[in-house]
Amino acid sequence: MLDIQKIRADFPILQQKVNGKPLVYFDNGATSQKPQVVIDAISKYYQEINANIHRGVHTLSQLATDAYEIARGKIQNHINAKHAHEVLFTSGTTFGINLVANGFASILKPGDEVIVSHLEHHSNIVPWQMLCEKTGATLKVIPMNEKGELVMAEYDKLLSDKTKIVTVNHISNALGTINPIKYMIDKAHEVGAAILIDGAQSVPHLKPDVRALDCDFYAFSGHKMCGPTGTGILYGKEAWLNKLPPYQGGGEMIKEVSFEKTTYAELPHKFEAGTPHIAGGIVLGTAIDYLNEVGFENIQQQELELLAYATERLSEIEGLRIYGNSEAKTSVISFNIEGIHPYDIGSIIDKLGIAVRTGHHCAQPIMNFFGIPGTIRASFSFYNTKEEIDALVDAVKKAQLMLS
Amino acid sequence: MKIKDIQEEIVDEFSMFDDWMQRYEYIIELGKNLPLIKEEFKVDENLIKGCQSKVWLQGEQNEDKIIFTADSDAILTKGIIAILIRVFSNQTPKDIIDADMGFIDEIGLKEHLSPTRANGLVSMIKNIKMYALAFNTRG
Repeated sequence: MLDIQKIRADFPILQQKVNGKPLVYFDNGATSQKPQVVIDAISKYYQEINANIHRGVHTLSQLATDAYEIARGKIQNHINAKHAHEVLFTSGTTFGINLVANGFASILKPGDEVIVSHLEHHSNIVPWQMLCEKTGATLKVIPMNEKGELVMAEYDKLLSDKTKIVTVNHISNALGTINPIKYMIDKAHEVGAAILIDGAQSVPHLKPDVRALDCDFYAFSGHKMCGPTGTGILYGKEAWLNKLPPYQGGGEMIKEVSFEKTTYAELPHKFEAGTPHIAGGIVLGTAIDYLNEVGFENIQQQELELLAYATERLSEIEGLRIYGNSEAKTSVISFNIEGIHPYDIGSIIDKLGIAVRTGHHCAQPIMNFFGIPGTIRASFSFYNTKEEIDALVDAVKKAQLMLS
Repeated sequence: MKIKDIQEEIVDEFSMFDDWMQRYEYIIELGKNLPLIKEEFKVDENLIKGCQSKVWLQGEQNEDKIIFTADSDAILTKGIIAILIRVFSNQTPKDIIDADMGFIDEIGLKEHLSPTRANGLVSMIKNIKMYALAFNTRG
């Protein structure tokens, strides 16, 4: 069992008031808050070892480079990648997805197929649409059902020898559905297709084992897992990363440059052009250490308890409908109240100190499926409490009263 | 009434409220009472899509003035639309173009008119001014 009050003391932002009310932060799906160790590690980097990496022979540069590569190693261990050079530092999930989609432009031919799912965030739809426009490949979509789950029987039918890559999120940002990615990975491989997993919403809740999963790519962001914004990781199997062309040209990613021909650096540097977010990468390692110290089992236990409690409490409210009712679900509740626009609820409960996300959550196809303009999304983290859920329920009831 | 006088009147009305709840309740009332836009004008050409809520806006010239009607799918947005319509409708293009929007801050609704809110209201004001510019050049 977690000592929640002790955990909460690690997060200075949670102590503050918003609009005169204690902050209830339920927008963890958008970004998580940062513990003091992470905040301190950022200052420490700039105070003690700031230098450009992989370049200088001087001591500071060496220290910064070591710290950056140690962080890479931590992340490698965390996701159980075979090699450290399969772990690429990026600016976030979106960058990772675009890197792969861009690389596949040199692989796809007209008539080839790319499979996405109906449950995707726009950033795991648009790069693939752009890829299809560029190459003449066709985009296929795995449909969803009323519970907010992907229909595996339809996925099986979409797969064929035309399929070159499948891309799906591990957990849906809008509904919280946990997708059966192991099954999907194995099925994609049966037809010889590659598969990318968008792990933006999963890494705050669980520890992905990329080798057990056997996925070809796994992209995620640092800022949703207690790390700094502007950080992220793209895991790719060595063979794939060797096969894909570089995404950006620049310093660091070259072996030799002349005006006649440039040869590219080895992995991972081939994909890491320019000066990266050095502090961010190092501190992402700190954030991962912190999460592992709290323990993912504890995190899951606390979050599932919050999910069950919030589902029960919110269901008391008349006219409230929860979207996304899969049994395999993480601590996200997307809901609406009959006859009331989500924007109105969100605006009023914000005045009561409660931070939730309203709108289409960058997942318009899901909103169109349900025929709604958007939802109110409360996403819980391990540092949230049942008392905060009570505050949410009271606030929603108050908003409902004001608005009807 | 001139735009500036209407704005002052609105600031006066809002100064009677003690807290945000009373302000919001008033806006919700305004939203509920906003005269509906004619169904024929609630079309895609008049739609301003925000990330959060949608706004429909239609402007018509009536002699030297512009009459605006509008609607939204969210009630708070609709209430603020009612305020904006009260300020801008039935005014001359020149007065609309010259109008200052500082009163929104004074009545404590600045956050709803922030571009990041993406509720369509910022674009609505822009479109109101566009109508005024268009009608102004047409003379």
